[in-house]
Amino acid sequence: MTSLSVRRRHPLAGVVVLVLGLVVIGGLYAAFAPTSRAQTDSASDVEAGKKLFSVGCATCHGLGGSGVRDETGQILGPSLVGVGAAAVDFQVGTGRMPMAAPGAQVPQKDVIYTDEQIRQLAAYVESIGGGPAIPGSDRYDYTQGDPVNGGEIFRTNCAACHNFAGQGGALTYGKYAPNLMNVIPRHMYEAMITGPQSMPVFSDQVLTPENKRDIIAYLKTVEEEPNPGGLGVGRIGPVSEGLWAWLVGIGALVGVAVWIGAKSST
Amino acid sequence: MSDSPADEGREIEPADTSTLEPYEDPGLAPHAYRLTDTDPKAAKRAERQVAALFGLSALGTIGLIVAFVAFSPLDTINIGFTTTSASNFFLGLSLGVAMLGIGFAAIHWAKKLMPDVEIVHERHPLASSAEAKADALAQFEVGTDESGFGRRSLIRRSMIGALALLPLPAIVLLRDLGPLPGDDLTRTNWQQGMRLLTDPTLRPIKATELEIGQLVNGLPASFAEIPEAEGTQRQVARARDAIIVVRIAVDELQPPPKQADWGVAGILAYSKICTHAGCPISLYERTTHHLLCPCHQSTFQLNEGGRVIFGPAARPLPQLAIATDADGYLVAKLPHGFQEPVGPSFFERGGRS
Repeated sequence: MTSLSVRRRHPLAGVVVLVLGLVVIGGLYAAFAPTSRAQTDSASDVEAGKKLFSVGCATCHGLGGSGVRDETGQILGPSLVGVGAAAVDFQVGTGRMPMAAPGAQVPQKDVIYTDEQIRQLAAYVESIGGGPAIPGSDRYDYTQGDPVNGGEIFRTNCAACHNFAGQGGALTYGKYAPNLMNVIPRHMYEAMITGPQSMPVFSDQVLTPENKRDIIAYLKTVEEEPNPGGLGVGRIGPVSEGLWAWLVGIGALVGVAVWIGAKSST
Repeated sequence: MSDSPADEGREIEPADTSTLEPYEDPGLAPHAYRLTDTDPKAAKRAERQVAALFGLSALGTIGLIVAFVAFSPLDTINIGFTTTSASNFFLGLSLGVAMLGIGFAAIHWAKKLMPDVEIVHERHPLASSAEAKADALAQFEVGTDESGFGRRSLIRRSMIGALALLPLPAIVLLRDLGPLPGDDLTRTNWQQGMRLLTDPTLRPIKATELEIGQLVNGLPASFAEIPEAEGTQRQVARARDAIIVVRIAVDELQPPPKQADWGVAGILAYSKICTHAGCPISLYERTTHHLLCPCHQSTFQLNEGGRVIFGPAARPLPQLAIATDADGYLVAKLPHGFQEPVGPSFFERGGRS
């Protein structure tokens, strides 16, 4: 009996079925999924963005972008009415959206949409409730900014979470403020006006565009600072480097002392 | 003189307890010979290893000279997780190899090839003999007798008096540390109707400028009147007057009854000074309305009147009641601004909370 039932199915049959299934589903997806086409017209941008949204975002944010709650009332995806194009450009442009898995924090990861698709998604989300637009490059041209003034504003308003040199830090319950090094200026500006995740909003009326440009200039100045000692260690300065030397260096010395004291093998 | 072995033996030897010992002293373990002691080939191998380590050290030294000549201080190198100065990296690496080579070679030599025999080192009792103790006591008594400390009571009493007075200056000097704080710790520079300014740009804040989820670090209008040259005065003012202003969606607010009308359309102002140890806090999460102190992780729930939800802080964060003035700017609403002392607890603060 057993030998018959074993012979009935080839050992690789399961693998073949799996591969076939994947090919069929992938082919169907390729056939039906919206592809990126060069769109120039803004109305067709909205239309294309709507299609992209329905496929990639609507599961959590709802078909009209109005948000989804589960049966217990917990928010699965927040409403996107009024978040604006700037929020889409930041969230999708830094790879935070679409989200891989729910958790304390949505991490930055590889961007999966093209610039064109992000523009279309942004146009669609903007069409459902307005909100802050993607800032023009004159707003974040940090070469015109004053890093000294920006540093003062940053240390008062931003350093509590992001560390005074923009190296990031921990928040409550597993959330964190990300490292700001190598973030492009447009995304920095968008984060300040939209307040992604746990970050508060810093509206243009209170923190003026000039203030924001100065902050970006400060962060870029910090980023360009050479690091001759090797590890920056959060740029806390010689104290942190000394701490490293104590912990790592003395740890190594203890190890060597143990080796010196150990009896030689016979 | 009295350290004769016979004396020692008598002193340290307890009553005959050897028969009471549950286990016999096993003595020293038999000496275990190393492979290098018994096998000439292994010894030769160890010798080559030591020589190789010394050779590695020599290479490191030459490498340091090469690195010094080869790299300019501006050259950089990517070592996987960070980019750093190539000159520093190779100078450090080669110097490390040069010194560690000598160190490891010396230890390896000592452990593998130098004599390896157990040496018994007898211990001696630490206590002095009875004779020595009696001698010391006798000498001390001769000393006190000769000094006249017992007989000359005038000297004895005046000495004790002088020594007793000596700590007095310490009390006088400590008394002079400064005036008592009085009510200085209980008040801030906030006054009724005083505008809220942004920190550090010192612009008045309009209620309409704040969006939901907004955070503003603020100061009172009185701060702008302190001349910039008065650095100490500015820092003192900042240390007690600093506030944070947040705007929370109105349907998420659950203030205690006393503070129900202390905000403007969901805009709330709180002291920026933690009630635990006085650190400035502005680590605000807009989604949970947590305000987290970076020093000891005290966490305040800003939509519930600044209630402490975690950490060592004992009191809620003091809230500044705010209103709008005729021009729509945010101002302090109640006389003297805060209705309780801001910052950490202090002795005279009493039970007010």
